[in-house]
Amino acid sequence: MLSFVAQRVVKGVIVLLAIVVLNFFLIRLAPGDPAAVMAGEAGASDQIFVKQLREKFGLDKPLPEQLFIYVKGVVTLDLGFSFRQQAPVAKLIGERLPATLLLTLTAFAISLIAGVLFGTFAARFAGTFLDTAITVFALIFYAMPIFWVALMGILLFSVTMDWLPSFGYETVGANLTGLAHAADVGAHLIMPAMTLGLFFMATYTRMTRASMLEVKRLDFVKTARAKGLSDAVIQRRHVLRNALLPVVTLAGVHAGTLIGGAVITETVFAWPGIGRLMYDALLQRDYNLLLGVFVTCSIMVLIFNLITDLVYRLVDPRIEFAS
Amino acid sequence: MKQFWKSMLRSPSGVIGLVILVFAIGIAVFGPMLFPNSPWRMVQRPFLPPFTLSTVPLGTDALGRDVFAGMIFGARVSLLVGLVSTLVALVVGVPIGAMAGYFGGRVDDALMRFTEFFQTIPSFALAIVLVAILQPSIYSIVASIAVVSWPPVARLVRGEVLSLRTREYVQAAVVTGQSNTWIILREILPNALSPVIVLASLMVATAILLESSLAFLGLGDPNLISWGYMVGAGRTVIRQAWWITVFPGVAILISVLGLNLIGEGLNDALNPRLSREGR
Repeated sequence: MLSFVAQRVVKGVIVLLAIVVLNFFLIRLAPGDPAAVMAGEAGASDQIFVKQLREKFGLDKPLPEQLFIYVKGVVTLDLGFSFRQQAPVAKLIGERLPATLLLTLTAFAISLIAGVLFGTFAARFAGTFLDTAITVFALIFYAMPIFWVALMGILLFSVTMDWLPSFGYETVGANLTGLAHAADVGAHLIMPAMTLGLFFMATYTRMTRASMLEVKRLDFVKTARAKGLSDAVIQRRHVLRNALLPVVTLAGVHAGTLIGGAVITETVFAWPGIGRLMYDALLQRDYNLLLGVFVTCSIMVLIFNLITDLVYRLVDPRIEFAS
Repeated sequence: MKQFWKSMLRSPSGVIGLVILVFAIGIAVFGPMLFPNSPWRMVQRPFLPPFTLSTVPLGTDALGRDVFAGMIFGARVSLLVGLVSTLVALVVGVPIGAMAGYFGGRVDDALMRFTEFFQTIPSFALAIVLVAILQPSIYSIVASIAVVSWPPVARLVRGEVLSLRTREYVQAAVVTGQSNTWIILREILPNALSPVIVLASLMVATAILLESSLAFLGLGDPNLISWGYMVGAGRTVIRQAWWITVFPGVAILISVLGLNLIGEGLNDALNPRLSREGR
């Protein structure tokens, strides 16, 4: 178990280094000389200032050395400075990270639980009206762009029905504390989390259904039935457990998509996370910040992948950790 | 081929998907000829509600531009970007997967690590970064969508080639001294085609979603109207004018749905064994 984790962590670190190197070259692909761009962003573009910047960030040094400086910076959590926001990139991201984690994890939990539930139902009642209804809805949700779902949610639940707040993390100026604050944040969280979760829920529903139907026909299920186990036990202990494997794999694959969806969801709902930060960086062409968020997203995906790998090993009845 | 169409037309999702796709392509190709109103021109007062004037059936946006015209012209951009970026992704992914599967060993290892690397990077975030840095244009959009969507192709093709490589007819070709390129192109790839076609149809759908999301965030080609751009532009006025965001979104939904259905239909038609097992 430990050696497996260590192996995966080493692999993750290598991938991360590669991403950082890619990032370094992407920065240099950005239009204009980085020092001139930074000077422009800082609002002063005279020659001396540009030269100072060049020296400060080592832009007058040869490329490999610059790369080394950059990688060293990222390793020590120094992601550069955002001149637009007048703050270090790492600090800006650190402030916004909790909101994004709250949003993505809630959305992920909703989509996984609801998706597996609906998928199981559809498979259980395969061929009936219930199955058709679930399948059709899953197909439609699967085809809806997230930004549009978000706007339709606002239109329906905020503008028309006035049930839920349409933007933000909490009620501005309410200064709530304790439970009242949590409830307030919760009310603000429902719509963004549902919006982000809907697409993934549709995917998990489809996957669970297909995979349940496939596992059902396998020999070990027949054996279980022959042993005289009750239908409920077979479904839960034998079919569902095995059918969940591809769902777990899919969840890992989708980590990046989930983060990408968060960028859009946070933008529409003005949710103060790193997705929204990325959008602001985009609008202001703040490349340091943009790429800082990009690296952060990549790290989140790597961690998430590591977790799903571990979960896969725990769920899969065929793999036992030799310890 | 006849057999293919027969089974394709027997699957209900395939038929519905085909009808939607043909309709969408028809609009993209002929629409702008039939409705030559420029989607950028002011034709009526701003915020004209839909279904009030027959000349502007879906109303106007905040600048008095025809929403219907925007949807017609937007179909072109969405379908074009979807198709071209998928083609580019195939051009990148198929050779990488084929080489990895055929040559195996170190080549396979190196190419697959490279592919996995691209699969780990959060795709939408990378697409945003690429378009932002290369400056939004139809070319940078197609390129970034292709960059983020080729890895699954490479993995799929690799798997197929891996299993086909050991077949007798491929061995026979090796024995008769055919070149590697010839064997890959003439013997192996044609037999690996069906799952790639299924994947490609689903990729077009994903590419359309990606393009619209980029355009929604303001990363569309500034000279081309697209559905995502329209939704993004209507976003701030959603309280006064729901129609500006609702209709283009429905267009995206229907096109993507159509392509996904075609994917299912193709899967039923090309891999009949697999699909029947699922039931």
